Amino acid sequence: MAKVPVQFTLNGSEKAEFIDSGTTLLNALRDKIGDTSPKGGCHQGTCGACSVIIDGELRLSCLTLAETCNGAAITTTSGLAEGGVLHPLQRAFLDAFATQCGFCTPGMIMAAKVLLDHTPNPSRDEVVEALSGNICRCTGYEPIIQAVLTAARANSQNAA
Amino acid sequence: MALALQTFATAKDANGALKAAGTRYLGGGTLVVRAANEGDVSVSGLVRSTDPALSAIDVGGGKVRIGASVTMAEIARHPELGALAKAARAVGGPAIRNMATVGGNLFAPAPYGDFAVALLALDAAVGTDDGERPIETFLAGRGDSRAIVTSVSLTLPRADSFRFLKVSRVKPKGVSVLSIAVVLEQAGDGTVSSARIALGCMADRPVRAKAAEKALIGRTLDPDGIAPALAAAGEGTAPITDPIASAWYRAEVLPVHLGRLLLGLA
Ligand SMILES: Cc1cc2nc3c(=O)[nH]c(=O)nc-3n(C[C@H](O)[C@H](O)[C@H](O)COP(=O)(O)OP(=O)(O)OC[C@H]3O[C@@H](n4cnc5c(N)ncnc54)[C@H](O)[C@@H]3O)c2cc1C
Ligand code: FES
Ligand code: FES
Repeated sequence: MAKVPVQFTLNGSEKAEFIDSGTTLLNALRDKIGDTSPKGGCHQGTCGACSVIIDGELRLSCLTLAETCNGAAITTTSGLAEGGVLHPLQRAFLDAFATQCGFCTPGMIMAAKVLLDHTPNPSRDEVVEALSGNICRCTGYEPIIQAVLTAARANSQNAA
Repeated sequence: MALALQTFATAKDANGALKAAGTRYLGGGTLVVRAANEGDVSVSGLVRSTDPALSAIDVGGGKVRIGASVTMAEIARHPELGALAKAARAVGGPAIRNMATVGGNLFAPAPYGDFAVALLALDAAVGTDDGERPIETFLAGRGDSRAIVTSVSLTLPRADSFRFLKVSRVKPKGVSVLSIAVVLEQAGDGTVSSARIALGCMADRPVRAKAAEKALIGRTLDPDGIAPALAAAGEGTAPITDPIASAWYRAEVLPVHLGRLLLGLA
């Protein structure tokens, strides 16, 4: 099958690959580019484990064809830590025991990051709404909600 | 499963490419890519168009034309489309809403198609390169439709005349038990002068509750006034059975939820 070129920035660095037409972004990121932070949970849009941020918006990489991302800026959880220092959301997830098996965590963090980028001081309901497309089988959600609220508080204290 | 994607600058050129066997249009991909991921081999090629007209929202003179590629999230946050925000927000979770298009929602089989239910109550016109058709005609023949939907156009409802309700078990995001949209006009004495009621999950696609619409005319919106409409609500429907609810359950709860919506309790 003919290969097609794709070019986008991933966590700030330029990526260019030849892929099979019709490859999902999830498969392109994991198998071609080697960023395994987005997880393939269901490949049906229901679990949110594959969530990434494309041009500032939360998207499901399992339902996005990589070719449609030409020229886009893509953020994944693997791009959040800076120089070995965890992003406040990652720190908060660890501290709050919001990650157990960890499979849902990168998707949860992506969903939480888009929320905090637009709404730095969200209410609990806003957090629940923002995470509503992400499924966790381990934590019972409460620690995750608390982690996002804690990260929001940490951010606003840093900003003050 | 290999899927070849072809991208065209205009909807017209994309329409030409869609004539090939095994090709489907790619909107946001939340249904069609999911089907491919699940192993649906009936689709071998996808076609899309990046025509800017497909992504435009034009509001003017109390009307709106929404391009078929506009997403639920774009509708939900548009300052002049407040009347449609609740129905747009009823679709999926945040990531799905950033991807799910208006065009795709018109084709979504029940239990999906919540936004199309709202569009049916609002008597939207569905546009293709061949012109516009009433949504009711469009939905009835959508299985045979090969042409790309380019837009939906509608008269924006007054805030108090349009009501929408999605009933789901999981909050805030869950698949529909059913969805209901109602456009009501009332005379000076409070009696209903016109009613359009659309239902989701009460058939394989959005349908109107015509018997209930008729039974509301001349009635007041109180428990006695709406009783005949509720009794007639299920007429002509064939609710779906899925893991969310059985057809029997959907038929049982339809009058309850329609009643709450009409009485302003939902
Ligand atoms: C996890 C999950 C949750 C969901 N929850 C909901 C929900 O709560 N409510 C709801 O209504 N839906 C829901 N959906 C279904 C779906 O996301 C929406 O119905 C959405 O609007 C479909 O649009 P799309 O652009 O993604 O369609 P696509 O998958 O791109 O297309 C769907 C079908 O429509 C055709 N099509 C798309 N656009 C056009 C066009 N312009 N012209 C001609 N044909 C076209 C395609 O060829 C395909 O056959 C959900 C889906 C998932 C995966
Ligand atoms: S893998 Fe994409 S939503 Fe589950
Ligand atoms: S931590 Fe295991 S699925 Fe969420």
